[in-house]
Parts: sequence; C-alpha cells; structure tokens
Amino acid sequence: MKEKSVKFKEVKNASESRRLFYCIVPFIVLCFMFSYFPLHGWIYSFYDYKPPLRLSQCEFVGGKWFKTLFSNKTQVAQMIQVMKNTFAMSLLGIATSFLPVLFAVFLNEVKCKWFKNLVQTLTTLPNFISWVLVYSVAFSLFSNSGMVNTFLQNIGLIQEPVKFLDSDSHTYLWMTLWGQWKGLGWGAIMYLAAIAGIDAELYEAARVDGANRFQMMKGITIPALMPTYFVLLMMSVSNFLNNGMDQYFVFQNSFNKEHIQVLDLYVYNIGMTGGSLSLATALSMLKSLVSVGLLVVVNMISKKTRGESII
Amino acid sequence: MKRKKMAANDVVFHIVNYFVFFLITLVCVYPFYYMIINTISANDLSANKAINFIPKGIHFDNYAQVLGLRGMGKAALISVARTVIGMGCTVLASAFLGFMFTQEKMWHRKFWYRFFVITMYFNAGLIPMFITMKTLNLLNTFWVYVIPAIVQPFNIILVKTYVESMPKALQEAAQIDGAGVLTIFFRIILPTAKPILATVAIFSAVGQWNSFQDTLIYITDQGLYSLQYLLYTYINQASSIAAAVRSSGVSAISTSLATQQTETSIRMTVSVIVVLPILFVYPIFQRFFVKGMMIGSVKG
Repeated sequence: MKEKSVKFKEVKNASESRRLFYCIVPFIVLCFMFSYFPLHGWIYSFYDYKPPLRLSQCEFVGGKWFKTLFSNKTQVAQMIQVMKNTFAMSLLGIATSFLPVLFAVFLNEVKCKWFKNLVQTLTTLPNFISWVLVYSVAFSLFSNSGMVNTFLQNIGLIQEPVKFLDSDSHTYLWMTLWGQWKGLGWGAIMYLAAIAGIDAELYEAARVDGANRFQMMKGITIPALMPTYFVLLMMSVSNFLNNGMDQYFVFQNSFNKEHIQVLDLYVYNIGMTGGSLSLATALSMLKSLVSVGLLVVVNMISKKTRGESII
Repeated sequence: MKRKKMAANDVVFHIVNYFVFFLITLVCVYPFYYMIINTISANDLSANKAINFIPKGIHFDNYAQVLGLRGMGKAALISVARTVIGMGCTVLASAFLGFMFTQEKMWHRKFWYRFFVITMYFNAGLIPMFITMKTLNLLNTFWVYVIPAIVQPFNIILVKTYVESMPKALQEAAQIDGAGVLTIFFRIILPTAKPILATVAIFSAVGQWNSFQDTLIYITDQGLYSLQYLLYTYINQASSIAAAVRSSGVSAISTSLATQQTETSIRMTVSVIVVLPILFVYPIFQRFFVKGMMIGSVKG
C-alpha cells in the first residue's frame, strides 16, 4: 500500500517534471535556431561560395581561405593592418577603463544632491542613443561646414576648415573619445552603486585617524571598487577581438578606412560589400574560436586569483 | 592656522570638482540642445551655423516637411512596431523562462538553463547569421527584427535572479490551492516581478529602437527600413533630399528662406525625431536601468 503510493507520487512527479519541460520547448527551439543552428554556416568557409549558387554546386576548397589569410601577401598585409586597428581600439578601451572609476569616485565627493543626480542623469544619456545618432551629432559639430569649423573660422583661428571626420589623422583617438562620450557616465553607474554600499563607519574611522580626502579615496573607496573593476576588465579582455561594428561602420569613409577597419567591420566589408563570403566566414569563425578561448583563459585567471568565475 | 589652510584646500577642491563635472555634463548635453534649437530656428540661419545658443526665428515647418518625406512615415511606423512588438515578446519570454528556470522539478533544469546561458558567449558571425536568416526565409520580412530577439539569456538571468529572491510562500500557497504553473506565472509572478520586468522592457525597447545593423544586413526592401537606417541614409544624402523637397510642391507654399529645407535642416530634424522618444522616456526609466545593472552584476 505504502509502496504503491510512493510509486504513484514518483510517476506524478515525473509527469509534472516533463510537463514543466514541455512548456519551454518552443523557446528551446528558438534558442537553437538563432544561436546554435547558425554555427552550421561555418562550413561555408571550406567552400568557394558564390551566393546565387547553392552550396552543393560550389567548389569544396578545404583550408584554402585559412591559408590565404596567412600566406597571401596582400591579404596578410591587410590583416596586419586590421589586427593593428583591433588591438589599438581594444587596448585604448582597456587603458581608459579606469576613467569611469575616477568619474564615480569624484562624483561621490559632490555633496549637493540635486547636482549629483543631474550630472548622473545627463551623462548617462548618450549611452542610450544609437551610433547613427552619435555620427549625426559628430557630423553637425565637426564636419567641414560644421559648428566647430565655422566657429574657429569666424574668430579667425583657422583659414581652412579642419578635417575632423574626412581624414585619417588621429582616428584611434577620435574613436576612443566618441566611445567615452557615449559610455563614460553609464560606465560609472555601477561603481556609484558600489560606493553607496560602502560602510560609512569606515570613512568615520579614517577621519578620526586624520586621513584626508585623497587618502580616503585611495585607502577605502578605490579598493572597494576593485572587485567590480576586475570583473569588467576581465570581460573586456575576453572581448578583445569583438569591438562591434556599429561605431566604426558609421564613422568609416574612404579617407579613414585604413585605420578604422577593426576586425568586425572588416568581416562586414569583405563579406557583405566585397562579396568574399567564404573568406569572411573563415575569418569570423577564427574570431569566434579565439574569443571563446580568451574567455576560458580569463575565467581561469579569475578563478585562480579571486576564487570566483566570471561566467 | 593649519585648519584654515585645510579648509581653503577644500574649497579649491570643491570648486574644481564641481566645475569639471559641470563641463562633462555640458559636453554630454550641448549637442542635443544644439540640434534641437537648430531644427526650430530659421533655416537660412541654421545653414550658416549662426544658431549656437539661442533659437532665432522659431518655426516648426521642418517637422511637418520632414515627416512628409517619402518613406519617413513608413519608417517611423516600422520603428514603433518593432519596438512595441519586440519589447512585448522579449519581456514575456524572459519573464516566462526566468520563472520556469526557478522550478526545481523541471526535467534536466540545470542542463537547459546552461543551454540558454552559454549562447551569450559564442557567436556564429555575420555571414552564418545571414545564411541562417535566408534559410529561415526571414530576409526582408518584418519578423527578422522581432523573432531572433525573443530569447535573450541576459534577461532570463535577470528575471531568474529576481524571482529566486522573492519569498517562496506566495507560490507555495497558490500550489496548495491547486494552481498550475501557468496560473502561478500569470497571477503571481507577472504582477510581483514588475520592477525587473520594467528593466527588461526598457533595455529591449531601447535596443530595438536604436538597432541599425539588422536593417543594414537583412533588409533591402525600402518599405521595411527603420528610422535609424533612414537617418543613416539621410545623413549621407541630405543635400539631394533638401533639393528634392525644395523643388516639390511641399515648400512651394512657403518659399521664404527661413522655412526652405537645407541640408542641415533635413539632417538635424530627422536626428531630433529619432532621439526625442529616448529623451522623453529616459528620465522616467533611468532608475530601472540602475536597478537592472545592479541585479545583473550579482548574477549567479
């Protein structure tokens, strides 16, 4: 009798557990279709794919595209330039990743509450507009007939308009500056929240000991922010090859192409505009594999040094 | 003596600090202000970059004319539709999946949860995605904006973390009363998880509204262009559009220089139309962003 009821309960539990599972099956299908299924596209990198034709009608070329990437002279030269750009943008991103920390630490010293809130709200705003709009802003202000050039010409500082957008000078610097304009305030939000969580008694004790403002920043605030900073830093290391393409796509033109083409943009340019679909696929496949490898390494470092995984 | 010196240092520090933040804020806000005042000022003045701080010769013809441009209304409709429908689908799916993954009884729950979450960390790449959309017949359809965005692992994590932090008693009481999983989801979870769902809603709405790349890659049909994409094409072709508007009937009524469309007026007006919804919605929802970021940063 007792055995029977236990068994009955088990059966009921099993069917219940299946039923719960059936509820999410449609979403499993969706997830599979748009995240796992696309991986089959990697086989295109082993063919010479010419779009109107079907894959079965195209020539199987094996590792030809991968070899091209590393042996064809012009291709290698182009790749080196693209990798230089990618590394430059990522390294500049990492080098400037401390700015949001400073932003938060110094904003925390602002005691006037409405001013603090105002600054926080208004500096996060650019994060929520698209890169197309950022480009539109840039165009209004910095194009040859834009506000800045007109102003500088009117006060007689320059005779000819300065080419801010249509030139290849300081491309890395400009891209980093626009990235900061868009992301600085937003980047600081997490740190501000972390600062709010610091025990006020710590500051009190430090003050009693005669610590000044900067000593408290260095001794209390910044150390408290380091765990968050570390996680974000590790994330940006694992995203080293993924600069995204929106920003670089909207700012690219025939003048700055050499230095603005990061890996993501390059894949788009050769694949969608250049028509070398197979080569682009080979490249993005390598990129994905390296990124996953980086993530695994970074995660291992995180586990070793902090005893915590970041994924 | 020493104390006085400290205080003086303090004053200097605060003045510098406030001033620097004032400057940073100004740099963030001024471009928006600049564009807005230029769209409502006399167009001949704005074309000559004479409007820098105060609007002059205020008129609203630009908006009427730009909204009347071919493709503009359609693009606005597409953008609104993808934002509303996309957001709705994403919120419901994230809420449902986040909740379901808290149900410990589910068959191989851990495995399926990882099946979703791990997709955040790899990416097939541009061309394979394109081929996939082609295989699924989603190229040049409205649904390419919505369907791929329904399942978003990050949002699922947000909701799951939130639901796990809610007291279990509510759910248990409902279960004892014989409520099924779906009843619990619609009657209990949806209403009580509102704060986190608002966060998810805003993230996805902003993402949909700002999205530009998907139009660029998957859409060639002009009737499906989003506002962002149209803006991009307008920035590059503003001068020819301005000429077209000038020669068309629209401006024949208003031939004065102040309301005649110029390259500048077209570009800036479209930009302002694209950015206005964000400006309006943003202050209301800013607190949700912050909350969402915090929950996201302590994800388990």
